[in-house]
Amino acid sequence: MLISVASGKGGTGKTTVATNLAYSLGSRAVILDCDVEEPNAHLFLHPDMDTTEQVWAQVPEVNQDACTLCRKCVDICRFRALVVAGKSLLVFPELCHSCGGCFEVCPENALNEGRRELGQIETGHSHGLECVTGCLRVGEAMSPPLIRKVRAHVRPDKINIIDAPPGTSCPVIAAMKGTDFVLMVTEPTPFGLHDLILAVEAVKVLGLPHGLVINRSDMGDEKVRDYAQKENIPILMEIPYDRAIAESYSKGKLIAEMWPEWTDIFQELFQKIQSCLA
Amino acid sequence: MGINMQEIKELVVISGKGGTGKTSLTAAFAALSENKVLCDADVDAADLHLLMAPVIERQSDFKGGHEAVIRPQACTACGRCRELCRFDAISQDFIIDPISCEGCGVCVDFCPEGAIDFIEKTCGQWYMSRTRFGPMVHARLGIAEENSGRLVSLVRQQARTYAEENGQTLIITDGPPGVGCPVIASLSGATALCIVTEPTVSGLHDMERVIRLAAHFNVPGMVIINKSDLNLDMSKAIEDLTRERNMSLLGRIPFDPVFTKAMIQAKTIVEYDKESALSLGVREIWDKIITSSAMTPGRMINLKEAIKA
Ligand code: SF4
Ligand code: SF4
Ligand code: SF4
Ligand code: SF4
Repeated sequence: MLISVASGKGGTGKTTVATNLAYSLGSRAVILDCDVEEPNAHLFLHPDMDTTEQVWAQVPEVNQDACTLCRKCVDICRFRALVVAGKSLLVFPELCHSCGGCFEVCPENALNEGRRELGQIETGHSHGLECVTGCLRVGEAMSPPLIRKVRAHVRPDKINIIDAPPGTSCPVIAAMKGTDFVLMVTEPTPFGLHDLILAVEAVKVLGLPHGLVINRSDMGDEKVRDYAQKENIPILMEIPYDRAIAESYSKGKLIAEMWPEWTDIFQELFQKIQSCLA
Repeated sequence: MGINMQEIKELVVISGKGGTGKTSLTAAFAALSENKVLCDADVDAADLHLLMAPVIERQSDFKGGHEAVIRPQACTACGRCRELCRFDAISQDFIIDPISCEGCGVCVDFCPEGAIDFIEKTCGQWYMSRTRFGPMVHARLGIAEENSGRLVSLVRQQARTYAEENGQTLIITDGPPGVGCPVIASLSGATALCIVTEPTVSGLHDMERVIRLAAHFNVPGMVIINKSDLNLDMSKAIEDLTRERNMSLLGRIPFDPVFTKAMIQAKTIVEYDKESALSLGVREIWDKIITSSAMTPGRMINLKEAIKA
């Protein structure tokens, strides 16, 4: 089973929900941090890391001796990653989307396989829970290929919790696509509602079942609840604002670890997700 | 058309982590400053307009890329396109999933039957608007679209062009979260960065990454610690990091429910109560920004020396 936890707006408590849910499910779960631009799940789960792997994107490298400067590769590249300058062919690896077109089209076999570092993936464990974290290299622009690599660690025999990036564009789509359920986390404020509406549109484009968690549920107004009701989105959980929760968050502590009764509440959340899918 | 002889300064407000109060503070700066253009570069989840109530004067399409579409009548099901597509976008029965399609055009070029069209997509809209605090450029990226980085570059360029033509000397840009393509697009050529963070493990972690990114682009940074009383040790850690990376600390803002209350009334935090400690604090921060060496006209040499030091 794959549950993605998404939010539209950042900072609404998405990582809090993903980590506490995973922690409460313990060894039945795997958490996959796909918020690769700013991965935070490990700051709360403190996993012991077992493996680190570098992740690369394939990019062309020119063998200038073999290249006849025919420009076929330049013409096929829609991302302007190849340019002829004077008597040589230049590659701008950071613009390359690894589509393979240039390799396929080159009549002289003048392109070799080079690579650009996207980031790294670490795997580890914490309280019996498996943790997988993708971390984008600072300076790298493209996160979806790394997100797809993190998702290659999904364990079919377990409950996989994906901490998705914020927003509604390609990174969050790469994280949510094909998951069984999207748990959306929002706060009852105008920004929270506005970004939730966009996130729901994205989830609908993908045709995925979804439900809502309202964080800091007593801090704003009623409009998020009204919207959820109108759109028939089940509200699966509400977390009121609590200074003690905010302080424990600031220190990297899980709610369910600090106050064990929350473990039951998060397990209940999982049961509600299951009944949404039944 | 007037030609603006004065140098235009652009302050980009970013945060790394979401939810730190970045947009609320950007809006407050908009209320406190003169003769500027506002720019919302958080195109993926744009919220600044909720506080600025912009009146749209001009709307334009953002053409961000292409998508491949197979014409079934012309397709012989030879399978070549599926074999070449690196993005698993083509189904067994040769239908292309527009969400997975990267727009690389490889299938289009190699289809032996010429059965694949390559259609230019409208990936969003951008707007030139009027607000109570002056002109504003903003945008909306279509749902599930790519190329947010190009849309960020577009709105920033439009804000600059507008300022050049109309004599504004300042651009205040609400930047996107994270460190990926939209953030990279919002940093190049910026005059200075204002990083809004919070004293939490994730606030510190995400700020550290954003600072490293800023260093790539040689943009000087200034830091605001919002909700500063939430965790004093962590606040201290952020101050230490700020100093260590040669950035200046603009101020600390204690946790204040007015951020939410003002938002509900569609006001900026300084309009909500002009005389509150919060308003005075933010005003002081804005004065520090505008008199900082990076943002002062004609002080570019000092700035470069400061970076070297
Ligand atoms: S792999 Fe594709 S994107 Fe990269 S350089 Fe070749 S044609 Fe361009
Ligand atoms: S297609 Fe091959 S031979 Fe032609 S310019 Fe490109 S690398 Fe050189
Ligand atoms: S390559 Fe062209 S003809 Fe062959 S399956 Fe694809 S669309 Fe059809
Ligand atoms: S354009 Fe590229 S990504 Fe899209 S279907 Fe064709 S080969 Fe695949």
